[in-house]
Amino acid sequence: MIDHITGGEALNVLKIIGITGFTTESISVATNVKSSKMGRKDIVKIENRELRKEEVDRIALIAPHATISIIRNFEVYEKKGVEIPRYLIGVVRCPNPGCISNTNEPVPSQFEVSQKGLHCLYCDWMITNDIKNYIL
Amino acid sequence: MNHIISIRDLERTDIDCLLDKAALIHANCYDENSLKGKILALLFFEPSTRTRMSFDAAMARLGGTSIGVDSVEASSVAKGETLADTIRVVSGYADAIVLRHPKEGAARLASEFSSVPIINAGDGAGQHPSQTLLDLYTIRQSMPLEGIKVGLLGDLRYGRTAHSLAYALSLYHATLYTLSPKGLELPCAITEELTEGGTAIIEHDDVSTIIRDLDVLYVTRIQRERFPDSASYFRVASSYRITPELLSGVKERLIVLHPLPRLDEIDPRVDLLPHARYFEQSRNGIPVRMAMLQKVIS
Ligand SMILES: [Zn+2]
Repeated sequence: MIDHITGGEALNVLKIIGITGFTTESISVATNVKSSKMGRKDIVKIENRELRKEEVDRIALIAPHATISIIRNFEVYEKKGVEIPRYLIGVVRCPNPGCISNTNEPVPSQFEVSQKGLHCLYCDWMITNDIKNYIL
Repeated sequence: MNHIISIRDLERTDIDCLLDKAALIHANCYDENSLKGKILALLFFEPSTRTRMSFDAAMARLGGTSIGVDSVEASSVAKGETLADTIRVVSGYADAIVLRHPKEGAARLASEFSSVPIINAGDGAGQHPSQTLLDLYTIRQSMPLEGIKVGLLGDLRYGRTAHSLAYALSLYHATLYTLSPKGLELPCAITEELTEGGTAIIEHDDVSTIIRDLDVLYVTRIQRERFPDSASYFRVASSYRITPELLSGVKERLIVLHPLPRLDEIDPRVDLLPHARYFEQSRNGIPVRMAMLQKVIS
């Protein structure tokens, strides 16, 4: 279960974890739920699905306050927040069309995360806003 | 491994060390067989005859040999090979690789796949550290680098030489005066980064008002294709042209630099003035590149 998703971002979270109309998981989605902490939030519940690290990193970018709980036998087995890591490898696409990471070279994109934004380690470009438009 | 990818990877002491070495080489204090038996691969995916020739010459002066591809069409790249594969193969042939490539970040990528040092000789609109080092070297021939006042003039938006130089000069606490046509200003990201690092950057639109304060005037090309029509290009270009009249009354030690080739930015009459150092600057490419080769291949 992914809770405390920034209001309105649930469908983007589903997109990130590759859930489309053609996948078979059983999913519940709640959007714009009242939250004392966040005003409004979204919640996504997926059955029989564990998240990979790259997926959690992507979720952190659009929903930095999200919490991920693994529920087994109706009990919370594990609960943790998300954290944007220092380096994002293969998570976002470089907006610079001249960047070598946007070619057929066998490398994932590499960004360093700082206060100012995401910094492409290949071409030095910065992504400072609309980060979610560049999530792969 | 000893790659030279970006001037940003070098600390001030690394730069000083390279410039000191270049000065010794320039004074003929070097072993002309120091790279005997070594092979340098020149991979130029974009034509740049001069940079290529100067690396060739630098390698030859140290007793080494260089090999290279003359055109991209003739190489396997034209057949769709990735740069990563090319580098993996070529690093088996040589002791170092000089790379010039149209994509930004190409040199960084090459360094991830190479078993020998990579020297970046320009990647797209990105870095070109050998140019920056020879710019610094030329300035240092005339004055110490610490705290100087440098005017950067021309296309500061797309001109990569100006970006790397601005960054390097900030390590020496220079004051930078930027002079560029509308739309070709130094990118905000660079200005912000340098300002936050404590460098004073002063924007100007009239070179004549500040030229008497300057120690160095660094002129870059203003490309015709950045303008909608040739009339607006000529109007802008002529207002940024360096003439002997403009240089009257400047500091005696002022030097005028340009990465060459120049178009109309500098009046040929300036060539005769003691301030003109751009031809010397281009000749300095040899000792500076010799110092770089010695640093990476050893
Ligand atoms: Zn990039």
